[in-house]
Amino acid sequence: MILQIIFLIVALITLASAVMVVVSSNLVHSALWLVAALFGVALIFGLLQAGFLAVVQVVVYIGAIAILIIFAIMLTRRIATDSGPRFNENWSWAAVIAIAIFVVLGWALLSWPGFNIQAQPLDPRTDPLTTLGMALVSPKGFVLPFELASVLLFAALIGAIFIAWERK
Amino acid sequence: MIPLTWYLIFAAALFSIGLYGVLARRNAIAILMGIELMLNAINVNLVAFWRYRTPEAIAGQVFAVIVFATAAAEVAVALALFISIYRRRDTIAADQIDLMKW
Amino acid sequence: MSDPVNLIAEWLKGLLASWGLSSGLVLFIMSLLGVVVVATFVLVMDVVLVWVERKVVARFQDRLGPNRLGPFGLIQPLADVIKLLIKEDITPEGADRVVYNIAPVLALATVLLLWAVIPFSPTLLGADLNVGVLFIVAAGAIGTLGIIMAGWASNNKYALLGAFRMVAQVVSYEVPMVIVLLIPVILARSMSINDIVNSQSIWNIVIAPVTALIFLITAIAELGRAPFDLNEAESEIVAGFHIEYTGMKFGLFYAGELLHALTMGALFSSFFLGGWRGPWAEQVPILGVFYLFLKAFLIYFVIMWVKYSLPRVRIDHMLDFNWKFLTPLALAVLMVTALMDKILGQPGTIVYTVGMLATNLAIIWITMSILRTTIRSEREKVGEVRPVATPGLTPGPGQAGAGRV
Repeated sequence: MILQIIFLIVALITLASAVMVVVSSNLVHSALWLVAALFGVALIFGLLQAGFLAVVQVVVYIGAIAILIIFAIMLTRRIATDSGPRFNENWSWAAVIAIAIFVVLGWALLSWPGFNIQAQPLDPRTDPLTTLGMALVSPKGFVLPFELASVLLFAALIGAIFIAWERK
Repeated sequence: MIPLTWYLIFAAALFSIGLYGVLARRNAIAILMGIELMLNAINVNLVAFWRYRTPEAIAGQVFAVIVFATAAAEVAVALALFISIYRRRDTIAADQIDLMKW
Repeated sequence: MSDPVNLIAEWLKGLLASWGLSSGLVLFIMSLLGVVVVATFVLVMDVVLVWVERKVVARFQDRLGPNRLGPFGLIQPLADVIKLLIKEDITPEGADRVVYNIAPVLALATVLLLWAVIPFSPTLLGADLNVGVLFIVAAGAIGTLGIIMAGWASNNKYALLGAFRMVAQVVSYEVPMVIVLLIPVILARSMSINDIVNSQSIWNIVIAPVTALIFLITAIAELGRAPFDLNEAESEIVAGFHIEYTGMKFGLFYAGELLHALTMGALFSSFFLGGWRGPWAEQVPILGVFYLFLKAFLIYFVIMWVKYSLPRVRIDHMLDFNWKFLTPLALAVLMVTALMDKILGQPGTIVYTVGMLATNLAIIWITMSILRTTIRSEREKVGEVRPVATPGLTPGPGQAGAGRV
């Protein structure tokens, strides 16, 4: 009961922040609403008992990606404030498509009773954190995707530095 | 307790809002923020399915961790591109960067 | 009477249950009360910190410090608080009001968050998270957001510049801090700070001194205190990102900075100095709180000592020091510690301790010799130091024996 109320409050706040992200006229306000939405998603991860993912969400998304976005916004402004309309000319079609996709997904989710299940309590003997750590580095587990992700990050690092390098 | 459908509908709503942001905004960084919302909706979906269907198979959380890493890499490269474009064309409105249109 | 806090908590719980409230509500009220007590205690400690800071800096600078208000100037912080409260609250024109007002609140709140995971005594703990170490990194990450908000909302280009540099510094120094924080996690086999403190029968600073040193340096850089305070020094950028803040909003920033320093002291004590551990701390838990704060104030004194003895570091030197020295060193220490941990067996034995200590001393020696050869080769590249022209050493034509040295 308490969990349901908490979920409803967090979900409503997150969705309201997401709407403010896409609707706000001031781009920096948009970025700050994005931070609120990302924090709400971190709380949802906490509700799903994925504590490690909740903290990593705050560290990676809010602590790095959101700050990067705010820096980029401040570095790409003209002298005057953000000029021009904030929506392009197809915004009505975009709204129709977004609402249509939500309606279709919602109908599909509500129509199959297999989705309407409750959560079984987690096995108290195993700790998801240790299992995750072991899975990420064991050869029978997911060490190959882990190493590929690190190569991807390395490539992105080199690529981003090279693209943004100011050549005199 | 909370049935699985609530989490899935929440993720679907977040995804649709992000989709609207991508399709309707002019500023390239605002489009990027919409993409971030969609990626977060995907992560919520993955973790909800992990928790409710197979909490003993850790593959759900591993998938979410790899999505984190991919999103971070993509944002870094995208923002580097935007700054580079801004230096050349002095604008990052998506409908004004149309040199390669026919 | 050895555990007064838990006794009072049990009595209160019994009282609330006897009033007929459900157990969930009782738990909620007790948690709320715990939060209020910890936050109040820490914030009162913050006021004491103002006095400690001013007295100690005065002694470092060979003067007395405040000694007019009350004995030894003990009422001085109260006067400071009253001054900040009655100052005029100016909002600069063109500033973004909501963001401008939220930024100092965020800066102080993220520091208070850190006290939730620090174990005060064997039986007193806010929240025993199994990802406590990452929670600390996350709270630091939210703090940088407060800095950017303050810098941007002030509508002042120097504030924005100061905020950019401060965030660059904080985010850069987070990298070796996270790497180095993995080492107490390896030694304690758990990410929970409670487990890390409980596993320190031998203090971690004996087993991993290089780690402790790197953590101290990165903690000082995270705080933005000297010698890394280029971004808020008056002679450099006139207070950086909090130029436009007056009155109690500036008070929140200032209090947050001092409290952050004490929090880093408490974290250093928990990770490396054994936290609440000390003689008779298990039997008399209230002594644990006393030991923790003793160690925290000791590290705070060390941080102040560094601040008032060293000159300021330039921003590019600061970032060079981080990326070219601290990060490779932190990675090397991590790899060597993980390797030696596998080789040496169970922590707590004499072999383990002596082996780890010897490894750390070897790392220090190797680093010093590499530094020496690097500096020597760089000095040879630059060449001999040219003598600076001194007037009057050689009297010119027409100057009769002027300035004979």
